This record gives sequence, structure tokens and C-alpha cells, in this order.
Amino acid sequence: MIEFDHVTKTYPDGTTAVRDFSLTVPSHTTTVLLGSSGCGKTTLLRMVNRMVEPTSGEVRIDGETVSSRPPVQLRRSIGYVMQHSGLMPHRRVVDNIATVPRLNGVSRGAAQERARDLMELVDLAPELARRYPAQLSGGQQQRVGVARALADDPNILLMDEPFGAVDPLVRVELQSQLRRLQVQLRKTIIFVTHDIDEALALGDQIVVLRSGGEVAQIGTPRELVEEPADAFVSRFLGLQDGRRRLHASPRVGGGWTVVDDTGRPVGLIEGEDGTEPAAPSPEGC
Amino acid sequence: MDWALANLPRILSLTVDHLLLSLPAVAAAFLLALPLGRVADRLGRLREPLLGSAGLLYAIPSLPLFIVLPILIGTGVRDALNVIVALTLFGLALMVRSAADAFGAVSQDVRLAAVAVGQSRWGAFLTVELPLAGPALLAGLRVVSVSTISLVSVSAVLGVASLGSLFTDGFQRGIVPSIAAGIIMTVLLAVVVDLLLVGLGRLAMPWQRTQARRAGS
Repeated sequence: MIEFDHVTKTYPDGTTAVRDFSLTVPSHTTTVLLGSSGCGKTTLLRMVNRMVEPTSGEVRIDGETVSSRPPVQLRRSIGYVMQHSGLMPHRRVVDNIATVPRLNGVSRGAAQERARDLMELVDLAPELARRYPAQLSGGQQQRVGVARALADDPNILLMDEPFGAVDPLVRVELQSQLRRLQVQLRKTIIFVTHDIDEALALGDQIVVLRSGGEVAQIGTPRELVEEPADAFVSRFLGLQDGRRRLHASPRVGGGWTVVDDTGRPVGLIEGEDGTEPAAPSPEGC
Repeated sequence: MDWALANLPRILSLTVDHLLLSLPAVAAAFLLALPLGRVADRLGRLREPLLGSAGLLYAIPSLPLFIVLPILIGTGVRDALNVIVALTLFGLALMVRSAADAFGAVSQDVRLAAVAVGQSRWGAFLTVELPLAGPALLAGLRVVSVSTISLVSVSAVLGVASLGSLFTDGFQRGIVPSIAAGIIMTVLLAVVVDLLLVGLGRLAMPWQRTQARRAGS
């Protein structure tokens, strides 16, 4: 469990990135920090592994304040995935993944073996092990980034817009892979994004942030969509521009097509078992 | 050619002298420039003034420096150490800026990633910044090496033996082949050392080759 207890971050130039923020992240779940740039979500993320020190308040992991732990050690016990992967360009894929186990004193051979297991886990072909990051596609690089973060089997995974720089198709693939991994590994994940679809796809709990790290709403994806707290959340979710107001309209040849408020098709309705439903709910999706 | 063949032992021994003066100076300039350049790069507003004044070292005329230096460091004018220290200063003048720029060019993302995975400061410097600054450091080192090897010749004027002695002797005694041999050997030495440095760089930075290939294709 990770707790943010009334944390504030004010920079020397007077800007306040986060003001009096509190949140509990339950163990083995994914919490998404959702907000536009400048809302302090990355600052909050970095408070967990002490890359940013709060001006006041504290962050606790399983009841223990992080400021009591040496930063370097703390970071080696927490997985971190960043945008643009942050891989070391001068190290081969296998050595990049083995970074944290090596830092924690695992022998080179054992660390590389572990790295190869992780490559399999994130669907990277074994022959990529000897390549350098520049020889991989953007999606492959992000997979290496995820594998590196998982390499020493940390309980906590911090993910800072990890899929923000890859094209949409690959992004969806990476998201579903992360969901599959999470079923298997059950890490405590904090995931930062500005992409509402990504937040709905991955979050067990979503925190919508306004600028200055002010919480607009905390809830499950379903709660956010069904009961947005205010106009800001509703606008952020796209509930007001009609993108998520869906209607069912009869489909030529039977069944139903789902269209948004402007009449553009977004999908088809099928029953739970893949057959046509008896009747769609009025605004179902 | 006959002259060169007849004097081969002397030419070779002067070549060794030349190397023994220039290589320590190049190495010392390089090793001293690393911490200086790294620190200078992180100084913010002081960065440029500091690098500028380091560069001004190069403006000191070499002969007066050779004569003043012994007074400052207590060596004799004809000591090899005197020559090495002076050449190190000239090398530093070039290398400190190269080093600062090399460290400055290491991507912020990668630095941040090094912190995030739990590299200590020292560990991040040695295993991330230094190798990634490598290509630009090597470029600076090559300039320093060529410039030092050519500058060493001045030592002959002081009476410290180097390939420059072939030039001063030949000039005083009117032996043109000696002058030519001095010049050719100096250039040859500079080229050989440069090729060695390039070769070492390729061995030490294998990731560079794959990137060059990628960019070229």
C-alpha cells in the first residue's frame, strides 16, 4: 500500500506543482493519475521513489515513510518505466534489462538469465537480446523498459506515460499486455497518463487531477463514467462533446450498431456469449 | 634517403623520446579535463567564463612558458617534466571545453533513467555519463593528441631531445634531409597515434558502429 499524506511540492521559483494531496493506493492494484500536462502527476509519481522530495507531507509505503530510506536503495526496490523508454543506448537489450539485478549484486550470469526470462514474459524475441536499443522499434523499446522495471521483481511499479510515444495500434497492444501481466504478477502500480482511454483501460482506481495536483475526482472507471463529479471531469472524459454518449441503432441485416452523439459508428453490440442481444439498453455501451 | 638510413638509430631513438614527452602530456590533459569539464558543465552561469579562461591557456606563447614554468614548479628548464607539464596545460586548454561539451550532450532522459533505476551518482558518472560522452571525448582527445605531438618539437630549442632535434640540428648544420626527416616523422607519428585512438574508440564503444550503420542506411 502506498499512501500520500498531505504532500505539497513548491519549487524554489515559487510554482506549486502539488498542493496538499492525499491518496491511498491499495496493494496489488493499478491506480492511474490522469490529467493534462502541468497538473503535477509526474511530480507525485517521483515522490514515491524520492526523485522529488515533497516540501511538506510524506509518502509512506506499507506504513513506512520513504524519507527514512536511502534514495538509491529505495529506487532499486521500485520498478520505473518512463516515456521514450529511458534505455541506456550503450548497453545491449539483455544488459539493459539486467541493470537493477546487477546493481543489487546479482551475478552477471544470473542477471542475464533473469533478463532472458523477462524478455519472454513481455513477448520479445530472444534474438533481440544482443541488439542495442537504437536497433529496436518504439514498441519493442517500451517492452524492454517494462522488462527492466520488472527485472528484480519489485512490489511497486511506477509508470510515467510509458506508452505515450508509440503509435496507437502498438499502444493498445502494450496496454493489453500490461493487463495480462498484472493478472499474473499483481504489482502495485501507479500509472501516469493524459490519455483517458488508457486510464479507463488500465485503472482499478483513477485519480483525475486539475492543475496544481488538485484532485477533481477519485473513483473506479465505472464511477467516473457514470457519475462524473463535476463539469471538469465530465469534459475531461469527453462526456460533454458526445464522444462517450453512445446510442444503439438497428444494423442492416440485423443486430445493432453503436454510434456516438454525432452519429458516427464506434462499434457493434454483441451479447455476453458473442450472440446478438435480445434488446440493447437505451444508452448502453 | 641515404642520410635517413645512415641515421636510422638516432631517428628511432628520437621518436621514442618524442613519444615519451607527448603521450604522458596527452594522457594527463585528458584525465584532468574529465573532472574539470564535468564540473564546468554543471556550473550554470559560471560555465562559459570558466571554459573561456581555460581556452585562454592556449594563448600563452610556448617558449616563455617553458622558461617560466621551472620557476613555478621547481624543475630545470631542460627537464622532461618541464616540457610535459607545459604541454599538459596546452592540452587542457583544448580538452576542458571538449569534455564539458561532451558531458553536456548526454541526454537528459538517460541521466534521469540512471537515477530512476537507482544508480548512485558516482555509478551514473562512470557507467552512464562517461561512456555516452565517449564519442565526443574521443574527438577532443584526437585534436589534443595531434596538437601535442606537433608542439613537442619546440622542446628541441630548450635542449630536450625529441624529433624537433632533427629539425634544429639540420637547420644549424645545413642538413636538409635531417629537417625533412624531422617533419615527416612528426606527421607520421601524429597520424599513427590518431589511428590507434580511433581503433581503441571502436573497441571501447561498440554501440557506436550499429548507430552509424543505421544512420547510413
